[in-house]
Amino acid sequence: MVRDITLTVNGARRTFRADTRATLLDVLRSDLGLTGPRFGCGAEQCGSCAVLIDGEDKPSCAVEAATLEGKTIVTVEGLGTPEQPHPLQTAFLEKQAGQCGYCLSGILIGAKALLDRNPAPERAEIADALAWHLCRCGAHNRILDAVALAASRLRAAS
Amino acid sequence: MIPATLAANPSLDRWLSFPSAGKVRVAFGKVEYGQGAMTALAQIAAEELDVAFERLIVVNAATGAVPDEGMTVGSMSIEMSGASLRAAAAEVRALFLAEAAKRLRCEAGDLDVVDGAMLMDGAPSGLDYWKLSPDVNLAVAPSGTARWKTSDRHRLVGTSTPRLDLPSKVFGGGFIQDMPLKGVTHARVLRQPGHKATLAVLDQAAIRKAAGADIEIVVDGAFVAFLSRSERAVSLAVAAAEQNARWNEARVAEPELCEPIALKTLPATPWEGGAPASDASNRRKHKASYGRPFIAHGSMAPACGVARFDNGTLTVWTHAQGVYPIRGVLARITGLAPDKIQVEHAQGAGCYGHNGADDAACDAAALAVRRPGETIRVQWRREDEFGFAPVGTAMHIELAGEIDASGRLVDFSTEIWSAPHIGRGFALVESALSPGSAPPAPPVMPFSGGRLNAVPSYEIAATRVKENVIVPPVRTSSLRGLGGPVNTYAGECFIDELAEIAGADPLAYRLGMTTEPRARAVLERLGEISGWAGRGAAGSGEGLGLAYVRHRDRGAMVGVAVALSVDTEVRLKHMWCVADCGLVINPDGARNQIEGGMIMAASWALKEQVKLGGAGIASTMWDDYPILRFNEVPLVDVELMAQPNAAPLGTGEISLGPTLAAIGNAVAHALGSRIRELPYTRERIARQLLAG
Repeated sequence: MVRDITLTVNGARRTFRADTRATLLDVLRSDLGLTGPRFGCGAEQCGSCAVLIDGEDKPSCAVEAATLEGKTIVTVEGLGTPEQPHPLQTAFLEKQAGQCGYCLSGILIGAKALLDRNPAPERAEIADALAWHLCRCGAHNRILDAVALAASRLRAAS
Repeated sequence: MIPATLAANPSLDRWLSFPSAGKVRVAFGKVEYGQGAMTALAQIAAEELDVAFERLIVVNAATGAVPDEGMTVGSMSIEMSGASLRAAAAEVRALFLAEAAKRLRCEAGDLDVVDGAMLMDGAPSGLDYWKLSPDVNLAVAPSGTARWKTSDRHRLVGTSTPRLDLPSKVFGGGFIQDMPLKGVTHARVLRQPGHKATLAVLDQAAIRKAAGADIEIVVDGAFVAFLSRSERAVSLAVAAAEQNARWNEARVAEPELCEPIALKTLPATPWEGGAPASDASNRRKHKASYGRPFIAHGSMAPACGVARFDNGTLTVWTHAQGVYPIRGVLARITGLAPDKIQVEHAQGAGCYGHNGADDAACDAAALAVRRPGETIRVQWRREDEFGFAPVGTAMHIELAGEIDASGRLVDFSTEIWSAPHIGRGFALVESALSPGSAPPAPPVMPFSGGRLNAVPSYEIAATRVKENVIVPPVRTSSLRGLGGPVNTYAGECFIDELAEIAGADPLAYRLGMTTEPRARAVLERLGEISGWAGRGAAGSGEGLGLAYVRHRDRGAMVGVAVALSVDTEVRLKHMWCVADCGLVINPDGARNQIEGGMIMAASWALKEQVKLGGAGIASTMWDDYPILRFNEVPLVDVELMAQPNAAPLGTGEISLGPTLAAIGNAVAHALGSRIRELPYTRERIARQLLAG
């Protein structure tokens, strides 16, 4: 079955027709052309596809978009751009926090959600918040350092 | 001497050229998969040419566009490609200086280059690479006489230049999976359950109904694929196909074959070498067996391949580890001549060896030639990547050592059971297109990777190695380090066992068997930073262990120490690495590789085992195949020994073996007894505690 769905994605209201079985990840990548959320497993087990849904970091690969009518979605593209990067993106590049980088879209979203609810997390709190995201390259410590760096800058700026 | 890959691709313009004002084109055959090779190699070229790093345009690896340097494997990009680039750049620089000297009526020795501009006796000459370029022919072979810089003149090499590829990846792009999705034909492949399986029933009506949109179903032998403009439709189709297909002669994988000890029950081809058998009687002897199970590459991205067939020419985009080697397989699958096949690299997630990349590219090619004029995009599912990509082989290793009256190891024997670590050159789609046909002959080669670092890296009077190369129950191929890390795990744990028999401290025992100053410096520094002198008694639940390897007996010298605690499970606290990698091109990049290798090895050591069952691999999702998570990763410190005048040595694989062994030794120290089989899971710890 096909129906109209309206979502606010990265600040813009978007209405599109989609199969009711389409996942949010399907819609973001195929219909809206947002490649930031990545396909990793399709079973909510790796975190590569994480997005903010009404401010909470959630996997997008299994939830049906049609169940999210009216919700606000933020993908990594909504955090910042090369011209205007989010402090998290700046910190990740400064710390070279990543190897292959496939997990980073989801991890940046997870870190954003964490810093929104806890602007001064301890290292262990960052690790716990990101524990549902897998990173195979072993960039974990750099990522923890980068999130802490971004947090301290955001606190200084506010 | 001219480096090997430059000698094989001698025309200098294949490596370097000056295509437009102020720009330098640099091309090499190694590909980027997150390891930072592209950035480090570009640094080497900019260094030797004396141009600013920002002037470089790094050519994406593609057949025809870059020199053929084979595969990007074995921690050899910097050693091999780096050596060729350095030599090529030195040759190019010398050709330009000769042309400048002719015009300026001076000696080349009077000239210098600063950011591409020639200086004469330190003053601007008005000439630069770009002005001279029309008159300098780079389509020439290297003279072999150009000299590269000594390290005291380096300004870029040895600095931590940020990675070229990382920015796009934090802003949502950068991968083959992100190539434009509009207007392509999406495809999914239903995988054949073993190379002999033939398709008995495929309920196409049920599959079409599940897809919910128009799909095309391709059935050729046991090759089954679903195509549509809608990616959603093909995902739904392949999921439904699993329930609506029946196979004859599907493979049967016995679950118990996932244990390393089971390798001894499989047919094997032996290889043997080393000293004659020892007949000394006045020595203490010790034996022990170690094992590591099958390990998945576990790439974060399931494989993807894109292909298009136009006017008799096939173009394939792939994240395989090289663009040239895969052409032979593509030619066989499509019936096209290799020169009608263009292969372009597109970056994928970290692969750590031979994962599903090549197979997905071959899937796409097989479909593209059936659908001329369409861009075919094959995306594997997570189940496909875990279930059908090659895995790193299990290994079972039996060690025997003899120590003399002083306690020194004087005679070492190892017998290894391993499937081949290299299984390239054949794609899944080939056996699907001709089901029931014989599989390719198992690649029993003189070198299958199982004997790397078979002997611990010390001065041992007599050593011998026997390897039994078995035919595995599932496809195996290269995984980071091949057999090296597993042999180092076994050998370095065994060294600790011998130290204990000899009544020696493990660090002092190792120092007593090596006179190489660089190795000793690594071990001594490791002892300092890990607080080795304060190491407590065994059996307290707190463990500190270390291990050392000379990578592949000729590469980097690497020591790793690990602090951990064991109660019901192993908790990693801190890992330290000291490495002598010779001249380091990009220190931060090297540290990133070494640290990543340590965390991957820690994950192997504590968590990972491919499970078998049904028609093959039974662990097909992350829940079945846990890896180390953010809140389980310890602090990691990496120190690089400065060796500016030594040759550069690879880093990508060097830290895994000593990390596995240091964890093994730390667990033994914590428990006061030794577990000789990976992974150190909660269940295995519990069994050991009960047995103790």
